[in-house]
Parts: sequence; structure tokens; C-alpha cells
Amino acid sequence: MSTRTDKIDALAEQAARTDSAGVSVAAAAWRRLRRNPVFLFGAAIVVAFVALALLSPWLAPYDPGERMLGDQVIRARDQIPPPQEGHPLGGDQVGRDLLSRILIGSQQTLMVGVLATLIGFTGGLVLGTLAGALGGWVDTVVMRAVDVMLSIPGLLLAVSIGALFSQPNQFTVILAVAMVQVPIFARLLRGSMLAQRHSDHVLAARALGVRQRAIVFRHMLPNSLGPVIVQSTLVLAISIIDAAALSFLGLGNPDDRIPEWGAMLGEAQKAIDSHPHLAYWPAACIIVVALGFTLMGESLREALDPKSRR
Amino acid sequence: MALLEVRDLSVVFKRKGEEPFTAVDGVSFDVEPGQTVGLVGESGCGKSVTSMAIMGLLAKRGVKVSGSAKFDGTELLTLSDKQMRDRRGQELGMVFQDPLSSLNPVISIGLQVAEVIERHRGLSRKEASVQAAELLDKVGIPDPKRRLSEYPHQLSGGMRQRALIAIALACRPRLLIADEPTTALDVTIQAQILALLAELVKETDTALIMITHDLGVVAGLCDEVNVLYGGRVVERAGRHDLFRVPRHPYTHGLLASIPRLDAPRGERLSPIRGSVADNIPWTQGCAFAPRCPNAIDTCVEVTPAMEPDPVVAGERLLRCHNPVEPADRVEQEILT
Amino acid sequence: MLRYTIRRLLQLLIVVGVLSLLLFAWLRSLPGGPVSALLGERATAETRARLTEELGLNDPIFVQYIKFVGRALSGDFGVSTGVQPGDPALDIFLQRLPATLELSILAIIIAIAIGIPLGYLAARRRGSVLDNLSVVSSLIGVAVPVFFLAFLLKQVFAVDLGWFPTAGRQEGGIDATRVTGFFVLDGILTQEWDAAWDAFVHLILPAVALASIPFSVVFRITRASVLDVVDEDYIRTAESKGLTTPVIRRRHVLRNAMLPVVTTIGLQTGALLAGAVLTETVFAFPGIGQALAIGFERRDYPVLLLLILCSAGVFVLINLLVDLSYALIDPRIRTRGGGH
Repeated sequence: MSTRTDKIDALAEQAARTDSAGVSVAAAAWRRLRRNPVFLFGAAIVVAFVALALLSPWLAPYDPGERMLGDQVIRARDQIPPPQEGHPLGGDQVGRDLLSRILIGSQQTLMVGVLATLIGFTGGLVLGTLAGALGGWVDTVVMRAVDVMLSIPGLLLAVSIGALFSQPNQFTVILAVAMVQVPIFARLLRGSMLAQRHSDHVLAARALGVRQRAIVFRHMLPNSLGPVIVQSTLVLAISIIDAAALSFLGLGNPDDRIPEWGAMLGEAQKAIDSHPHLAYWPAACIIVVALGFTLMGESLREALDPKSRR
Repeated sequence: MALLEVRDLSVVFKRKGEEPFTAVDGVSFDVEPGQTVGLVGESGCGKSVTSMAIMGLLAKRGVKVSGSAKFDGTELLTLSDKQMRDRRGQELGMVFQDPLSSLNPVISIGLQVAEVIERHRGLSRKEASVQAAELLDKVGIPDPKRRLSEYPHQLSGGMRQRALIAIALACRPRLLIADEPTTALDVTIQAQILALLAELVKETDTALIMITHDLGVVAGLCDEVNVLYGGRVVERAGRHDLFRVPRHPYTHGLLASIPRLDAPRGERLSPIRGSVADNIPWTQGCAFAPRCPNAIDTCVEVTPAMEPDPVVAGERLLRCHNPVEPADRVEQEILT
Repeated sequence: MLRYTIRRLLQLLIVVGVLSLLLFAWLRSLPGGPVSALLGERATAETRARLTEELGLNDPIFVQYIKFVGRALSGDFGVSTGVQPGDPALDIFLQRLPATLELSILAIIIAIAIGIPLGYLAARRRGSVLDNLSVVSSLIGVAVPVFFLAFLLKQVFAVDLGWFPTAGRQEGGIDATRVTGFFVLDGILTQEWDAAWDAFVHLILPAVALASIPFSVVFRITRASVLDVVDEDYIRTAESKGLTTPVIRRRHVLRNAMLPVVTTIGLQTGALLAGAVLTETVFAFPGIGQALAIGFERRDYPVLLLLILCSAGVFVLINLLVDLSYALIDPRIRTRGGGH
């Protein structure tokens, strides 16, 4: 198992390397990023996505819960409204305006990504800090547990956790997706803290009699920020995709009044043979957004890695 | 004719979206067979780039090399890649600074030495291995047969550098370039490696270019010394002349910044002000002028040329408008 | 080397042990507990009580765990309630394992066969059109949800173009002899070439979909690794020896650059099952992944428990094998502890 963890550790070591050169590294990384078209492209997608999420209530022509056909219930698939005037994308399985649902769906999708990342990060922070700062048997126990969690393929872990809830809702989906990221963040943070434990500035702080807690929170954590940010951008993308997979497997949020792209895509798979366009739109949105976060994350990683400076 | 004649060698790095950077700016020097020539200067003065250019090891893209480097009458800079490969390892050997990173971690020492013999002598792997063992023995690695199957991480730093020297000398090159060969080693090991290099070079009559920032290495080994600053040679002299009468303020400063046990009590070390980062190009005035204690108005306006020393006799050249007067030297007796 | 192997095997045992504990706890905390899990929500109180007693749920929790481990060690993981109701979970696993293995092997072969050469070429021609195109396509490969990619492939190449079958492992009309459970291998062993070919054709689309993520990762790691290695000092040393370019590439660049790639391949192989859950579902491919998907949908906990435990075990085992093979190509690990 050391293999999967090695990758995380390598990222963690960057933190130690980064801090040795201090702020100048961050500044230099930023200078490189500003000129990097890949980063700019990814960042543009992300900014557009966030803007869409914020502005969608004003952009969406209809209420995402309102049915185009009024009270008429759709019983057969051929009754799904096709694209028509006023409804450029047509209606969804229950006859709600697809365009409005796609636009409004950005909100929940953004929330899934951000919340899952935050929860994953917080959980990882608690575990990783405990292990990295206390060391000893706490470290051994925590990291053993983390290793075990890492030995279950990510999506499978998310699905297993999702299955624990008898009544899944938006939050349980987010929680399931986030839990997968906890061991990864934990390893990352612990690794970068261990790497820093012997770095000069931490030794100096210790020699000056700075208290353990202050060292961890004022010196070690800030210096782990680089790899954490890189990981977070990637996790945002993964969380959105995993949430879609959860829906696809029937473990998503069954309440579809408030749209979310992953749930829409998962739901659309049921009618995909006759109405693939119901899947295409949310899929395209997810792919573009995931690509945006991934491009940003990868170019950040490259910019922060001293080895890639050539 | 000298074995190696470097004339007006310049190396310019050009990166997309960045200002071209001149690392080496018209360097000229000769190396006679069996002679040891030092290239001395702070990091960033262009000494390593000079050696990489001679060896043809600089990247093809983004680097412009001009001037001339004639080896035994053959212009090296215009040789094809294939012709250069035939000479590297065969007639031109090189020893690098960090022996751990310069050896391939996943290939046995034996193969790393043997492959160069295999390549240039046309021997089988087996015959080459026998020679490799002999070479390891010659550079002072104990139990060479067993070492053949070992890997770099199993050797000590000194042993690794000996292995690198064995590789560089495997085909008895006529010119060896040693780029800071002792910098990464412990002080006690440094002396051993230098002694080994001196001995091997003398024994085989190999010419040696010694690249270093360490004047101690120069004093112990070199016949002739070129002091580089900002990509140009600023002073050239025989070893003894240079140490007895350093004329260029930069050379003088280098010597003055070495702590000495026999200095008068209470006398302070005199470091050179600033760092190479303060470099200005040689287009107008002397690049060292901003750091130079002897700088006069001319230094900022007129670029000094490499000329015979106007005051001190001997075969030496100097690039300075206002050299240090021979009288005020303190370090006359250093290491003599 | 031997000590290293033993230590790693012990680690594997610990992981599987902790995992069984976690899964046991997981099973216990599922909605309604194991009784509802086995009987469904609508069982009568009487049957519930009987099953509770039968399952030993009235025992102290650690006794239950020990019994659970004891049963598991004797191969008794309970009976399927949803995937193939009535069949022992272990049978379902064993019967479906060859299908998923066949699929995974083809997927990882595709990922390696394209990812490594492309990664090497992209690194050699850094900044070229080929490089940029393949980097972008590898990033898209990660951004596309696997099940959607599987659907697209099915729609275009199976439904619209009709080049490949849309579902399953074998066409109904083919009467193939079963030997090992690996359909392609069976066809070759029995020399029923049409059956072997048919089984192979059924594998292609799901394998391509499954390969998308491992391909992206293998490609990017290869590229990054080659870029790292060509900048290493020992490559400069190799150049200073006058070695020919092919020798430098093969002996010095590739050998070092492959180290992280081997690790990645192991990692990705172990994680394939997550993708298989999705791909197998889209292609109605009767493997472990499909069983997992159905198991989650119908809350078939005995099957899920076994399959998750096994998939994690396989993951750890593959990584153990990778680490051991890693030791074979990296002398720094092989000679660890045996140095001087």
C-alpha cells in the first residue's frame, strides 16, 4: 500500500521544500501561473462556473420545479417535451424546463464540490494534525486506519458510506463523497508536517520555546497550504463526478426538486436510450467544470514544484 | 599548438519570453598537454557553462554558443552530434560536482564504468568489466571486483567520486575537465581526491581543466589560473604569480576573504561587497565596478580589455583600469 | 528481500483484519441493522426475533465479531438476498470474478500500451502539438464521468455503428465450452475460435471505458517522470561518456523513469474495480462490478460485504506485488538493510 501513499507523500514533501525558500516561491509560482495559458483557461472556467452559480436565479427563465405542461403528468417517455419556442432545451423527465434546471443546477453542484472538499479537508486536518503533531501511538493508529480506508477504491468507499443512510439526501451524498477525501487529506497534511518537523524554521521556533500548538498552527499548517490547495482543486472535480456516479448507482439524493448536475445526469441515464439529450447537457457541464478545476490544479502543482522550473 | 584552444567563446541562453542571458562572454584560454589550468570564480561566473560548451553538453534548444574551441586542431563547436559523441568519453573526459546524483542509481557501478569502455574500445561486456575492475583498483577503491556489482547508494561519497573519476579516465582521454570535483565532499576526502587527480593526470600526461571556486584547490593543483567574473576572464597568471601578486581587485578580494591563521591579531576579514546578482553586463564599463573598491570613473564608462600587465612582469594578462598596486598586498606568502 | 516480503505480508494481514472489523461495524450500522438488511423492512416481528437469535445478535458484540470472522474463514459469507437471491455470496463472487479479471486485464493493457509510449513521446517532444494534445486529452479523460463515457462508447460504436455488441459477455447463439470461466481463454483452450473472438469483442468497449482513467494517469506520470529523469545529473554523465542516444534512452532514461510508472500501474489496477462498478452496469457485463451495483441498489449486504472485502484485499495484494517487483528494478530497495 505504500505505493498509493507515496504519491500523497511526494506532494506533502513539496510543502517542506516550498517553505525553505519562503514567500519568494509563492511569488515566483504566481508569476509563472499568470503567464500559463493552461492555468488561465482553467481559472476562467472556474470563475465562469462560480459566476453562473451566483447569478443563475436571475438567468433562469423558469422556476426549476415548475412543469411546462402544467398539471399534465408524463406517463410515457414520448411525452417528454422536445425543444420548442421558449424552452430551447425542452423539458426533463417530468416536464420541467431543462435550461432552467441546468442553470440553477450549478448552485447545488458548486455546493457539492465545495462542501465535500471542505468536509474532506477538515476531517483530514483533524486526523493529520493529530497524527503529525502528537506522533507515537496516536500516529500509528490513525495512519493504519487511513491506510485501510485508502485500500478501498474511492468510489466504492463513497458508495459504502452512502448506503449507511436509509434516507439519502443532498447532505448524505456530500458526506459520502467527502469521506473518501478524508484519508487523502490526512496523509497529505501529516506528511508535510513530518517533513517540516525537522526543517530549520520549526527547529528554530522550538529552540526559542514557542509552544507546540503555536508551532503547529502558525508555522507548520500555513506551510502545508500549497499542496492542500492543489489537492483541493482536484478534489472539487472528483467530488462532483463521484456525486454523479452515486446518483447513477441509485444512491443519490432522491429529492429532485432542487436540481444538481450529477443527480440530473444519473437520473437521465434511465431514459438515455430514447432521450440522450437529457444526459448530454448535465454531462457536458460536469465535464467542463471538472476540466476547469483539474487544469487549475495541475498547473498549480507544476508551478509549486521546484523541479518543474526549467 | 596547444591541445585545447578556446577563443572568444560565448554562450547565450534564450528562453521564450525572457531576456537573453549571457553566461559566457568571450572567454579565451589555452591548455597544453599535461598542463593543469584552473577556471576560478564565484558561482554564476560562467565557469561551468564554459566547460559544458567545450564538451558539447549544453541543450541544443535555447542556447547559442559562438566562438571557437579547437581540440588538437579540430573545431569542437561545429562537430556533428555523432562526431562529438565519438570524442566524449574517449578523448574528452569529465568529472562532475555531486557524485551521488551524477551516478545512475539503478545501474551497477561495474556497468557504469564498463559501458564507456564498451562504447569506445569495442570490447565485449565481459572484457570491459575486467578493465573496469582494474580501473576501480587504480583510483583506490578497495575490493574492486565486489564493487562492480554494487550500486551508487552502497558507496561512500569519496568512493563515488573515485568511481566517477574512473569513468572519466577509463579510455585515457587527453583532456579531463573536473567541475568542482571536491565541493560536495568532506574536507578530509577532498584532499584525497585532489591528490588522486593530480597523480593520475601526471602519470598519464593528461591535460586537466580544473573548475573551482576554491582557491585552495587552485593553489595545490593548477599550473595556470584564469579568474572569471561575469562570464569573462579578468585575470590570468601562473599559480605562483597570481598568489604572490594578485593584480585584479576581484582576485585580490577573493584572496583577502580567506581567513588566515597568521594574520595580525585584530585584523578583520575583508569580504567582497555585494554579490554576483549585482552584475551589470560588460557592454559599458567593467562588470565588477559596482563592487570594486578601486573603481574610478573610467571603470564605469569604458569596458576594460584583456591586456598584458603594465607593471608586473611575467606572462600574465589583466582586464582592469586600476589594478591593485603590488606594494599593498598582504597575502604574498600564502601557500608558498 | 525475504524479510521485506514477510514484513509486507504481515502488513497485508493487518489491513485485511482492520478492514474486516470496519466492514463488520459497517454492516451493523446499516439502516435497520443486519436483520432488516437480510429480511427487508416488512418482515414480521416473529421472524425478526428468530433471525436475531439465529444470527447471534443477542451475544456481546466482540463474540459476534469473532463468530463472524470464524464463519468468514470457513468461507461462509451468508446468502445473497438481492443479486442472485438464494446463492451463497462466495459462489457469486467466484463465478463473477473471471469476467471482471478478464475485463480489468484488457483495460490495464490498453492503458499501459497507449499511456507509456505516448507519455514518453510527449516528454521527448515537450511543448509540441502532440504533447499538448495528449496532455489535454488525458485531463479530459479524468474529467468525463466513467459511466457517461461508457454510455457514449456504447451509443456510438455499438448502437449507431453496430461495430460492437451492446451488452453481456457472449452472444446467446454461441454454445461455448466452459473450462476456466475466462471466456476468451476458454475459447482458445477449446479451440472454439468464434467463441473466443466473440468474448473478446464483448470486452473491447467496456475495457476502453474502464481504461480511460488509468490511461490518463499512466500517461501523465510517464511524461512527468521522463521529464524529471532527462534533467538528472546522471544523464549528463551518460552524455559525457559519449554513449549513443539509444543506449542513453534505454539504459539510463527509461529504466529510471519507469520506477514511478510501475507504482502507478499497480495503484490504478487496484482501483479498477470502482470503475468496473459503473462500466459493467452500462454494458450489462456480468462481473463483480455489476454485482456490486445491483447489491447496493437492492441492499444485498452479504454480497456487498464479501465483494468489498475482496476488492480491498485484491487492491492491497496488487500493491504488494507491485512493491516487490519494484524492489526488483530498484536496487536501492532491494539492498536495503543489506548495505554497508
